[in-house]
Amino acid sequence: MTTLTISGLRAAVGGREILRGVDLEVASGEVHVVMGPNGAGKSTLSHVLMGHPGYEVLAGSVQLDGEELLGLPTWKRAQAGLFLAPQDPVEVPGVPIADVLAAALSAGGRDGEAALDRLLPLMADEAAAIGLAPVFLQRALNVDASGGEKKRIETLQLAALAPRFAILDELDSGLDVDALRAVSKRVERATTEGGDRRLGVIAITHYRRLLDELHPDAIHVLVKGQIVATGGPELADELERTGYAGYGEPEVETVHAAIGPDPFGGLFS
Amino acid sequence: MTTTATTVATAESFALRRPLEVGTDGPKWLVERRISASQQLARLELPTEAAEEWRYSRVADLDLESFHPSAPAPTHLADADADAGAGITPGARERETSREVLDLLSSIGDRAGLVRTLDGIVTSIELDDRLATGVEIHAARMLDEQPSGLGELLGPRADAFTALADTCGADAVICTIAAGVHSELPIVVVHEVSGGVTADGLTVFPRAVVAVGRAAQASVIEVFVSGPERVLVIPIAEIDLADGAQLNYTTLQQLGRGAWSIAYQASRIGRDATLRSFVAAFGGDYARHLTQSSLDGENGRSELLAVYLGDGRQVQDLRTFQEHVAARTQSELVFKGAVADESRSVYTGLIHMHRGAKRADASQTNRNLVLSEKAHADSVPNLDIEENDVRCSHASAVGPIDADQLFYLETRGVPPEIAERLVLLGFFDDLLARSPHPGVATHLRRVVAERLAASVLAPVGITEDAGQ
Repeated sequence: MTTLTISGLRAAVGGREILRGVDLEVASGEVHVVMGPNGAGKSTLSHVLMGHPGYEVLAGSVQLDGEELLGLPTWKRAQAGLFLAPQDPVEVPGVPIADVLAAALSAGGRDGEAALDRLLPLMADEAAAIGLAPVFLQRALNVDASGGEKKRIETLQLAALAPRFAILDELDSGLDVDALRAVSKRVERATTEGGDRRLGVIAITHYRRLLDELHPDAIHVLVKGQIVATGGPELADELERTGYAGYGEPEVETVHAAIGPDPFGGLFS
Repeated sequence: MTTTATTVATAESFALRRPLEVGTDGPKWLVERRISASQQLARLELPTEAAEEWRYSRVADLDLESFHPSAPAPTHLADADADAGAGITPGARERETSREVLDLLSSIGDRAGLVRTLDGIVTSIELDDRLATGVEIHAARMLDEQPSGLGELLGPRADAFTALADTCGADAVICTIAAGVHSELPIVVVHEVSGGVTADGLTVFPRAVVAVGRAAQASVIEVFVSGPERVLVIPIAEIDLADGAQLNYTTLQQLGRGAWSIAYQASRIGRDATLRSFVAAFGGDYARHLTQSSLDGENGRSELLAVYLGDGRQVQDLRTFQEHVAARTQSELVFKGAVADESRSVYTGLIHMHRGAKRADASQTNRNLVLSEKAHADSVPNLDIEENDVRCSHASAVGPIDADQLFYLETRGVPPEIAERLVLLGFFDDLLARSPHPGVATHLRRVVAERLAASVLAPVGITEDAGQ
């Protein structure tokens, strides 16, 4: 059993404060969903948790079972058990997925070395499980992959690296219904299997459909850099009816947020 | 063997600004050629940076007076079975076969032939007769008549340096593939530069002529190595592809850090013929490689690929000329490099569409990674189009490693220095994968990885946690 504890997290980009005191606690096996209007700070939260150099932490802490992560470089946060599936996975020309995973595992000490031996068969199995064409295992990471394929590739990496906590930043964007189901099932399996090593999830999304697949334990509403409401799945129903207006946001933003495929293609990011 | 010398008068414009001894050993044609070249040399000036194809070069730093040409060549070839040192020029110092060469040869595996030169003199020719039927390789100095192709292909690229090579060069590898012959295994030519007895200031002129007959196919790999000594190397390769011929031609420049190299690669490509050229420029202090591909016959194709690396204070200087003379000719050029520390690279390339090159198609891509603040890369594409109905495209880029790619790999748990190495290797991977021989690709991947690990990445700032 592991706990990720975010407390009083404040962060700025380019001198402008975006996160204004975020508190969130996630335990192994739990799925927490963070929803919120455009510009609320959702993606900033994911980048700050992972230590992106473009973000300045002003205050607060992020602890994994009491170990402070904020002072660590990105790769050590990953080795400690954090995983970020970014909204738009980067293409890395000439670098095969297996090389990246092998480098990550071998940097992870003895456990990683052990996992290295099983890497290739594991990748093949996982690709089959989430419907990723085997050709992507040979290709350079994310190169010549569609949006949906990139999200499947993220899921494959998540499965191979077996982190403690995954931050899924709009995992549902660019996925059709079947792909969303396949990917969600795999994530859900990680949250239910593995005993003490069960995966904890922070899923950032605009859309209700991910909620239907992931069966979250809690939903948090992030507005203007703060979590303003927390509840069960019923909170998502309420958001669908009323939008974020009740939280001090204009109605117009919420309409699109609630009706599924983003009509403005990535406007809500 | 007796050697006499002819002294050429010093002319006011003489590039060397001092008398030069012209060796009179060797066959008559070679001596005559040298004397004629020396007279030509007397009228030539060294190029300066004012000329476009020498812009950003270090030609102004070259003190030719501090170099002297290599000693005269022996008149016999070493027996392939005897010691490698037998029969070589008296001034040359024996050296153990370098690690680079051993690694290359083992990566390549089966080959049709192996030629060795030492300080520009052919010392051994091994040819597998069963594998290389129709392939002939000679040392020019052993031939009674001037081999065709020698000195014929440089055209407008001939200058004071090539005239110097013509004046002082005592030998050349002459490789001829007969019409219709398919020699699939590569012929490897290893050019070693010893530095000579004085270990300083030797000038050597490694030279090769590759003539591929009608509809013949061959693969030639030239590799250049030297020790740490201060040497001037002026390699010239002339490549002649008859109609329908196909040649995979690879140059690996892995000279030592004391070397100045001013290399010329000129090719003439006949009708329906295809040249696939791959250059790896890794070594040298200042290393220049000029590539000229002249597509003289209709439907001729050239694929010109190069990878180059600089670190320390190296300068890698690459010049290309895609000459489209005939109609429907095609050329594709991709040059990629990375510079670290205080090193520098220069790429200038010209696509020249001659009148009559109707429906010709040329592309030129040059990409550079600049890995430190003090490193620098210049990239200058040029077009000269005299025909209307042609297609040309060029792309050029100079920039640092993509920070988003690095961050992304770090989010997977990959330490920064390894992420950087992966991204850098990835940058070159599409080119290395296209090298004309799989063994060459293996060798290059190893060399690039080693270079990146040893010298490119070390100064960038490995964290204290490196190696965990």
